[in-house]
Amino acid sequence: METRVSSPTREVFIGDGHPTVLIGERINPAGKKKLAEALKAGNLEVVHREALAQAQAGADILDVSVGTFGVNEVKLLPQAVKTVMDTVDIPLCLDSAVPEALEAALKVYKGKPLINSVTGEERSLARVLPLVKEYGAAVIGLVQDEKGIPKDSERRIAIAHKLVEKATAFGIAQEDIIIDCLAFAVGADPGSGTAVIDTIRKIKAELGVNLTLGASNVSFGLPDRSLLNNAFVVMAVAAGVTCLIVDAAKIRPAVVAADLILGRDKHARRYIDSYRQRQRLQKQEG
Amino acid sequence: MAKDLVNTLADLKEKEALGIVQERLSAGEDPLRILDDARRGVEIVGKRFSDEEYFIPDLVYSGEILKQITDMVKPKLTKAAEVKRLGKVIVGTVAGDIHDIGKDIVVFMLDVNGFEVFDLGIDVPVQKFVDKIKETGSGVVGLSGFLTLAFQSMKDTVGAIEKAGLRNEVKIMIGGGQIDDQVRSFTGADAYGKDAMDAVKLAKGWIGG
Repeated sequence: METRVSSPTREVFIGDGHPTVLIGERINPAGKKKLAEALKAGNLEVVHREALAQAQAGADILDVSVGTFGVNEVKLLPQAVKTVMDTVDIPLCLDSAVPEALEAALKVYKGKPLINSVTGEERSLARVLPLVKEYGAAVIGLVQDEKGIPKDSERRIAIAHKLVEKATAFGIAQEDIIIDCLAFAVGADPGSGTAVIDTIRKIKAELGVNLTLGASNVSFGLPDRSLLNNAFVVMAVAAGVTCLIVDAAKIRPAVVAADLILGRDKHARRYIDSYRQRQRLQKQEG
Repeated sequence: MAKDLVNTLADLKEKEALGIVQERLSAGEDPLRILDDARRGVEIVGKRFSDEEYFIPDLVYSGEILKQITDMVKPKLTKAAEVKRLGKVIVGTVAGDIHDIGKDIVVFMLDVNGFEVFDLGIDVPVQKFVDKIKETGSGVVGLSGFLTLAFQSMKDTVGAIEKAGLRNEVKIMIGGGQIDDQVRSFTGADAYGKDAMDAVKLAKGWIGG
C-alpha cells in the first residue's frame, strides 16, 4: 500500500517500501502561547519561520493547524497554508476540526494534500469524506467515534474497519486513507502503550493500510519527554507505522536509525547524512 | 512514637506507610487521625506535582496507597466518626471534549482535600450539569476542557445553569490546557485554575470555610 501526496513540484510516498515519513507538527497553536497570540493577531510570521525550520530539520510533510480560541479558522487556515506554500516546497497536511476551514484550505492548496482528519463519528464522515473525494486528497482517519476513544484495541480496530469501509464505499481509494491509532499518556494509564502497539499490528495485518501516530501524547505528565517519545516512535515504526506526526528536529535521528535497522535505508545514506548534518550543526554551535 | 505517616506517604514509601497505619491501628489510635495524616501526605504529593518535582505516575501511585490505607481504616470507623466533608463539588469534562487526565487529577485532589466530589465523566451534556446541581445542591461546579471547541461548550453550560435559575447558587470554575482569563470571561465562569491545586484553593475559598 502506497499513499502519494504532493506539493506543486514534489511528491512524497508513504508506505512499507519507503523510509518513515515525518509530518512536522509544530505549526499548531495548541500549547504554544506565542504562536496562538500571533495567529489571533493575524500575524503569520511565526508560521513562516516554523515552516522553514521544520523543513530544514528534515520534515517530509508539514501539518498546518491554526485552531485556537479567538481565531476564525475558515479565514485564517487558507492564509496560513498559502504562507507555508510560499515558504517551502513540500506537501502539506491540512489540519482542522472545522470542515469549512478544511474546504477553504483545499481551495487554495496546489497539489495533493493530506487532510487531518476524519473520525468514525457519523457527522464527521458525512462532512469530511466528500471533501477528500472532491479535492482528490488523502485523509487521516482517527479511531474515535461518538463514544470517544476506546481504550482497548478491539474497538479501535473496529472503528478502523468502519473508516476504511465508509471511505471506500464513497469511492476513495484505500491507499488514500491513513489510520491514526491514537496514543494515550502512559503516565496516566500504564497499559495504554501496549494497547496502541497491539492496535497498530492488528490493523496492519487486517487492513494493510498506512498508519500514522501523533507521538507526543505518550509522554504527557512525565519528565524527559523527548526520551520517551523517541523510544515510542521506534517501537511504533517497528510495529508498522509508516508516517509520524512529530517534532522533526527532536525525533528524526531515532527514526532514521530505526529505518536503517528495518532495511529501509540502502547503503545507510540517510543515516550517515543525518549524522553529518548534526556534526555540522555542532561545529557551528561549538 | 510511630514514624511520620505524613512524610512517609508523601515520599511514596508504600510498605513503610502501610506498616505505620497497621501499627497505629493495633495501638488503638483514632482512625480519623490516621486518615487525616494520610490526606495530608497526599496533599504534599499534590504540591510537589504542582512544583514539577513529582509527575503523573507519582500522583497515581499516591492515590493507590491512599486507597489501601482507607480500606484498612474503614472497618474501624464508626458511623458517627464518618469524615466530615467541606462541601460538594461537581466536576466534568464538557460536551464535545473527551480529555480526562487533568479532570481526574482535579477530582482526586478535591477528594483528598475533603470535598465530596461528583465526577460526571467526559463529554458531559449541559443538562447533566444542571440536573446534578439540582440533585445534590452542590455549591461549586468545575468544568474541564482541553480542546478549543470546549470553550463554547463551557459557555453553553454556564448559560444553561443560568437559564435554570441556578447561577446564583453555584460558583463555576474552569480549567484545561489553554485556558486563561480571556477564555474565562468568554465562558462567563467565575474563575479559572491552572492546575489541580488551584481548583482546591478556589473551592476552599468559596465553600471550604
